Amino acid sequence: MLNITWFILWGLLWAVYFMLDGFDLGLGALMPLYAKNDTEKRMIFNAMGPFWDGNEVWLITAGGVTFAAFPKTYAVMFSTLYTPLLMILFALILRGVAFEFRSKIENPGWRKIWDWCLIVGSFFPALLFGVAFANIFKGIPFDVQGMFHGNLFTLLNPYGLAGGLFFLFFFFMHGALWASVKTTGMPAERAKNAASKLWIIVLILAVIFLIYSKFATSLYNNYMAHPIMFIIPLIAVIALIMVRIFISKSDWWKAWFASCVTIVAVTYFGLGGIFPNLYPSSLDPAASLNIYNSASTQGTLKIMFVVVLLCIPFVIAYQIWHYITLRHPVNEDIIHDDEAY
Amino acid sequence: MDVLTLSRLQFAVATYFHFLFVPLTLGLSLLVAIMETMYVKTGDEEYKRITKFWGKLFLINFAIGIVTGITLEFQFGTNWSRYSVFMGDIFGSLLAIEATLAFFMESTFIAVWVFGWERLSKKMHAAAIWIVFIGSNISAFWILTANAWMQHPVGYSLNNGRAELASFLDVITNPYAFLKFFHQLPAAYTVGGFFVMGISAWHILRKSNVDFFKKSFRLAAAFTFIFAVVVVITGHLSGEEVAKYQPAKLAAMESLWNTEKPAGMSLLVIPDPANERNSVELLKIPKLLSLISHFSTTAEVKGLKAFPKDERPPVTPVFFAFRIMVGIGFLMILLAFFAWRWQDKIENYPKFMKILIWAIPLPYLAIELGWTVAEVGRQPWIVYGLMKTSHAVSTAINTPQVATSLIAFTLVYTLLGIADFYLLFTFARKGPKEN
Repeated sequence: MLNITWFILWGLLWAVYFMLDGFDLGLGALMPLYAKNDTEKRMIFNAMGPFWDGNEVWLITAGGVTFAAFPKTYAVMFSTLYTPLLMILFALILRGVAFEFRSKIENPGWRKIWDWCLIVGSFFPALLFGVAFANIFKGIPFDVQGMFHGNLFTLLNPYGLAGGLFFLFFFFMHGALWASVKTTGMPAERAKNAASKLWIIVLILAVIFLIYSKFATSLYNNYMAHPIMFIIPLIAVIALIMVRIFISKSDWWKAWFASCVTIVAVTYFGLGGIFPNLYPSSLDPAASLNIYNSASTQGTLKIMFVVVLLCIPFVIAYQIWHYITLRHPVNEDIIHDDEAY
Repeated sequence: MDVLTLSRLQFAVATYFHFLFVPLTLGLSLLVAIMETMYVKTGDEEYKRITKFWGKLFLINFAIGIVTGITLEFQFGTNWSRYSVFMGDIFGSLLAIEATLAFFMESTFIAVWVFGWERLSKKMHAAAIWIVFIGSNISAFWILTANAWMQHPVGYSLNNGRAELASFLDVITNPYAFLKFFHQLPAAYTVGGFFVMGISAWHILRKSNVDFFKKSFRLAAAFTFIFAVVVVITGHLSGEEVAKYQPAKLAAMESLWNTEKPAGMSLLVIPDPANERNSVELLKIPKLLSLISHFSTTAEVKGLKAFPKDERPPVTPVFFAFRIMVGIGFLMILLAFFAWRWQDKIENYPKFMKILIWAIPLPYLAIELGWTVAEVGRQPWIVYGLMKTSHAVSTAINTPQVATSLIAFTLVYTLLGIADFYLLFTFARKGPKEN
């Protein structure tokens, strides 16, 4: 029971990470689409500025919790995905620094460098998380010794890429919705325009991904065995449709919330499909790491459960307060603010 | 080079670099919190300018500390997967607690602090920076507890080929961890103190914003002196702990080859590891080593030869790192003492102020050397007495992969370091914004 609880919590950390960092990755990658001059670029930077760091901590915690609750999964996952993970890491390092450094110096060359760090550093994690998770859904080629039989290109298979593109465009849309609520003027106009177009692409990619999953993975086995679980993809589909409805009503905050719900449901859809595995092997079912054979001791799981139970509600509470306190849309006056990015 | 060597180099690059930024985060957040509290208490606008000026330098430094911290967490899985399997049950939970308890707090409240000047009450705003300071210290506690476990494992039992948690209480009350905490944190505060004093001295010497920087200087002087003294005291206590639990490390720190009872200490030593002796050994003070390591004039101190060759740490780097660190430690007390004594008329001591500018790197250097003693001195063990570093490295990775990532880390970190120091210099020299 404790192991199952940890599976759900593990999924929650990833889901919240994608839900939160998803918008700043998607917005960062498409910044040039919404911002045409320096002032507008700074508006985009400041629309994400107060949040990106707190969002990214969900990733650090997801990693840390994998280490604590399922150390063997952590060890095999991180070492077999060495190259893509380090690419994500470098991307996150460069884009994180870009926020703090970019507007400190008024030299156009300096600012251009950091603009590119933000764009590229946001694009690759958005894509690669999708590629990585699609491959996990499908199974990773590793053996019982935890040896990886493949390379970076093994992961760039058609299904992996389908997952990558789905994540990428979802984050694009999620970011466009964020820019719609958090900026004003031209950047907001362009973002609103983009959001409704991106929605169609996301829908197409979602359908492709769902159908492709039927053939490339065994995700649906759990769903066939327990049809009640279909409620998860159902929530995802309804929420995605709600995004479109709220967009047409120009109700941007609600559209963004619906997009959040979709991301959480999509994450749980995939994880619900691999349960009780955490990191399935495509070579040998005996090598697959699951919530039992890769778990920490019951004692550690219990202690960690208490820690999480005590801390995470506080974290959620003060992060909500933080979002509410700094929810105001960014306008052009931001560039006169000494604290702004 | 093999995966093991490359992974060790990569860990060294990632850790040394990360730790160029963390101590200032810990030290300056406390000073900025004190500055803002002064503003809230006195209502003096000058303190607000002081808070904002030092706060900006704090943030430039903070950014790099954050992003390079992720590398450290990832590396246990990517490069040290056998280690992660072996002790994930204990070490993993400490890292996860660090993230849930501290990282969220730091990252959320720093943003509230930066962007909340106009949106929060004065008190609430000052509270935000205090929470950042508390968060970063909580983070230090957990990561030091994790490291202390690698130095002196407690509260575990060996089952199923791994170290399993037997007593959480023992793990978090490891005396090694407490000493590390009370040695590392004051050390980090002195980094903040020397940073503020050095930059203030630079401006006072140039007669720019003299009142502003004298005020800053006075906030930092006594602070630095107190913590510089604490660092040396807890450093000494840590040495006694090493003597008790890691005798091979102590022998390397002192380059002591033969077991002596009582053991003396030579002031001038040059180790000659190839011949298992010291090529220079002068000014020996009898019984001194026994006295400072065991607080007894008769205690035996084991020499390196008492340990099998493959269980001795590399002597030369550990020995010099330790000696230089101790030297800097005492020098810092001396400098901070005079800074504190002369704080009200510091402008009358231009030569001393010049020294203080050049003293900014000293505590940084001491901290990096201290970690060299702790980590290189623990070799060949990754977990002292339980697991060797050579058995901890990942099996799923190959040489080209790690060579590529090592080159990438070195390159990216060098460029980031240059950019960061450039910004720090620029904003430190620019001085505060005019009213």
